[in-house]
Formats: sequence, C-alpha cells, structure tokens
Amino acid sequence: MSEIISRLKKDKVGLVGVIGVLLVLVMGFIGPLVTPHDPTEMYKSHTLEGPSATHWFGTDDFGRDIFSRVMQGARVSLYVGLISVGIGATLGFLFGLIAGFFQGWVDNVIMRIMDILFAFPDILLALTIVAVLGPSLRNTMVAIGIVFTPVFTRTVRAAVISVKEMEFITSARSIGVKTHKVIFKHVSPNILAPFIVQITLALSGAILTEAALSFLGLGIQPPEPSWGSMLNASRQYMEIAPWIAIFPAIFIIITIFCFNLLGDSLRDILDPKLNQ
Amino acid sequence: MIAYTIRRLLMLIPVLFGISVFIFLIMKMIPGDVVSTMLGTEATDESRSQLEKQFGLNLPIYQQYYNWISGVLVGDFGVSLRTGKPVLGDILNRFTLTLELTLLSAFLSWIIAIPLGIIAAIKRNTSTDFGVRIISLLGVSVPNFALATLLLLILSVFFSYYPPSTYVSLVEDPVKNLQMMILPSIVLGTAMAGAVMRMTRSTVLEVLRQDFIRTIRAKGASERVVIFNHALKNAMIPILTIIGMQIGVLLGGTVIIEQIFSLPGLGQLVLTAINQRDYPVVQGAVLFIAFVFVMINLIVDLLYSYLDPRITYK
Repeated sequence: MSEIISRLKKDKVGLVGVIGVLLVLVMGFIGPLVTPHDPTEMYKSHTLEGPSATHWFGTDDFGRDIFSRVMQGARVSLYVGLISVGIGATLGFLFGLIAGFFQGWVDNVIMRIMDILFAFPDILLALTIVAVLGPSLRNTMVAIGIVFTPVFTRTVRAAVISVKEMEFITSARSIGVKTHKVIFKHVSPNILAPFIVQITLALSGAILTEAALSFLGLGIQPPEPSWGSMLNASRQYMEIAPWIAIFPAIFIIITIFCFNLLGDSLRDILDPKLNQ
Repeated sequence: MIAYTIRRLLMLIPVLFGISVFIFLIMKMIPGDVVSTMLGTEATDESRSQLEKQFGLNLPIYQQYYNWISGVLVGDFGVSLRTGKPVLGDILNRFTLTLELTLLSAFLSWIIAIPLGIIAAIKRNTSTDFGVRIISLLGVSVPNFALATLLLLILSVFFSYYPPSTYVSLVEDPVKNLQMMILPSIVLGTAMAGAVMRMTRSTVLEVLRQDFIRTIRAKGASERVVIFNHALKNAMIPILTIIGMQIGVLLGGTVIIEQIFSLPGLGQLVLTAINQRDYPVVQGAVLFIAFVFVMINLIVDLLYSYLDPRITYK
C-alpha cells in the first residue's frame, strides 16, 4: 500500500486525480453541512436569479439555491456511488471467488448468469431493474449494484484462477489448511490489486449511471437534489437561466474525470505488464 | 472457421434462453399486474378474470413463458397494452432510427479517434500525446446527457440554433434527417471516441515496441508503411473489441439521447413503455436490444480471425 501511495505521488496525472477525488469527497461530506441555504427551501421571490453574493450559483425555477443543491447532489452521488459499488463489489467478490476457486459446475452456473447480465447495456439493465423495484434512492443503489456485479465477478474470478495455481497456495493446501482459510487468508489478499482498480473505475460508472437514471426521472426523486435530475430540470430554462444547467454539468464532469484519472493511474501502477 | 461459427451460434442458444427467462421473470416481478393497469382499481372480479384469461395470465408461470417464447420465436412479440399494435412492428420501426444514430455516432468517433490515437502513439510523451490523452479522458468522462445539455445551451444562447424537433426519416428527406441526427451523433460519438482513442494509442504503442517492427524499420521501410501496413493491422484486434463493445453500449446509451433530442427510437420506446407500464413492449424491446448486443459481440469475435489469420479456432 505504501508503495502504491509513493508511486501515486510521483505520477502527476494520478496526483491530480487523487486531489480531485479528495476534494469531491470533502464537498460531498462536509459541503452540505456548511451550505448557506437549505437545498429544498424555496425562495418564491427569487426564482431563476443569476449568481450573486447571496446565491453563489443562482437559483432555480422554484427559487432554490443551486450551490446548496449542487453540494447536496455531491453527497447523493457519492452515497449512491459508494453503496452501489459496495453491493456490486461484495457480490462480485464472493461470486468471483467461488467461481474461480472451485471451478467446475459452480463456475459454469455463476458465469453463465453473469453472461446473461452482461448481455444488457448497463443503463438499460439499470432502467429495467428500477422499473421493477420502483424509482427511489434505495432501489437506484440496488439496481446499479446488480449492474456492476458481473464486471467484479469476472475480474475476481480471473485473478483467483491465476493465484490459486501459485506454489504457496498448493503448499497451504498440501499441509492441510482448511479451504475457507485458503480462500480468505491466502487467495483473497493476493487478488486485491485488480479488485481495487475495478472499484475506482466502477465508482465513476456508478455515479454516471445514477445521474443518468435521475436525468430520466427514474433515479433520485424530487425534492431530493441529484445532479442528473437538476440537469434534466434545467432544460426548460436553458436560455433564460443557463446557470441551472452549467453548474451541475460541470460538477458531474469534474467528478467523473477525477475518478477516471485516479482509476487509470492505479491501473498503470498495479498492472505489472505496464510497469515494465 | 465455418465449424467455429456454427459452434458459436449454437452456444448463443443457452445465453439467449437465459436472457429471455431473465426478462420474463423480471417483468413478472413488477408490482401491480397488467390487468390492474388496464382496468384500474375499480374493476369487477368478472372483468378481471376475463382479461386474465385473454392474456393467459391464469396459467402457471412456465406455461405463460412457453406461450410467450413460442410467439417470439415466430416473430410474435405480443401487442402493446396502450396502442394494441404488434410489438415487433413498433420495435423494428424504431430500431431503424436507433441503428442509424448508432452507426453515425460510431463513424464520427472512428474518423476522429483512430487517427488521433495513432498520432499520440507515434508522438509518445510529447505535448501532442498529452493533449490527446486529456481529450480522450474527457471524452469518456463527460456524460452524454451533460454534453448534450451543454451543447444545446451553447447553440441556443450563442447561435440561436435549435435542432429540428419533428423527425423525418432518411428515406423521406436525407438532408433534413442528417440535420436532426448530426448533433445527437456528435454527442454519442464523443464518449466512444474517447474510449477508441485510448485503446488505439495503447495498442499501437505496444505493437511498435515489438521485434518485427524493428526488423521492418531495419529493412528501410518508411514510417508510413510501418504504421499503416504493419502496426495498425496488428493493433486492430483490441481496437475492434472496444468498437464492438462500444456499439453495444451506444445502443443502450441512445435511451437518454433520443429523449433529449426527441428522436422516436428504440430507447425512447423502452422509456415510454416503462413510464406507461406497457410490459409487453418493455419485455420485447429489452429482449430485442439484448439479442442485437449479443450478435454484435459474436460478429466482433468472428472478425478476429479475418483480421488475424494466426488465430485458429479449435
């Protein structure tokens, strides 16, 4: 881990990603606590006002403070991103571990189910699952979690298959170490590198999918702010109040960009082929 | 090759079967049944049971699946609960637009991404390379709906331009059709261009490091011959993979773009059907998209051996 950090420090692009992600995290977790206004409070006499000292990013058609809503939106995006990737990563880790370690029919069954899930474009699968579960914050996270499960399963399975053939695993098994101990104590720590890279890359994907679902009205429901739904709502007032669109759009782009930068750098650092 | 193609086609059967079961079951899990949606909450028991019988909803679930899938296999996807029209007809009509949008986006992305990716690889670690890398990362990081919104904002505020809002098909008026399609294609193509640019750069770089390139250069071949006749040809497989994957992703990604630009494509059909709880349409359209997605992946796989004769299939 310390080696990864020291190499990240040397990689300028990666460092920009790390700083960007940290800023986004601070914005998401501390931002809503220090915003000057309640993100859902409507100032009826201040609708569609441009950026000013009172409303830094202006107000929307209901007179709500856009800066406060963007900050709250950051929290929602990160929350959905972390929980949904948590769901996908946990499920994917377990399925991948089982499929890769035991192989045979278990592997076949798990991987064919993953193939089926892989046969759907991400947003379409998320849309269909949300249609079944109903649009809400919790269901959005579950849907995105399911969408990301196959990619984690494949990543972990591939890593497990290569690790389990290594000598130290054969030695552990030959001296009678119990299977669950071999899996969790010896195999798991050695597959973390690709898993971590995948988590970073999936986070940007999850934030993006949440924004897309909310944009379509099937994600976070009003009045709770979400960058996606804010962008969608802005379309009616784009000409007279462009700030409603500009700020959420910029924050989505910066967030995804920083997560991608970090993910890319981590992949370069942790991929032995690229290290040569 | 023929044997391999046949085997791959046969292997599709269980996957497509799995997909159809998954879609069928997921639609059955939607809260609120079709009958309530159609008749409302104040329907009598008699009218409910009559409609259930009409749709075969009184049958055991496996029987319902069997009836649905037997219909699908002969091209009968059922009828829309809202319009009463056959679902397949609607899907095929809308698919023409979605396919046109997908192909136009893909084409736009290739003509930008592949040359830029090659230039970045040739000029590795220069400011050109850095610029291309940033552009490509921005391409994959900018959500298409954010880009579409910003683009429409810029065009309307600064240029007073508004894309046409009534769809005209390619056959009716190709010029007007292109006017409608160009903006959404640019938006969709940008994200794809980012991914293709990154893949082109990294694979060309990898190929350029190989021994056979050194040999070709030692023999005195010009840089143009090295790049286009040898490096690019060998780098095509990973590029093709990402292109294939991206076309599939584009098909799904059109849902939002069609909504923003008011294009009556397959994505908009799915979204409207979800909002209207028109299950046969959602079921049919999702199955159709998944089928196309799987077929694209198969075609990409089969193209590998065409591009690289060293690949043999056992």
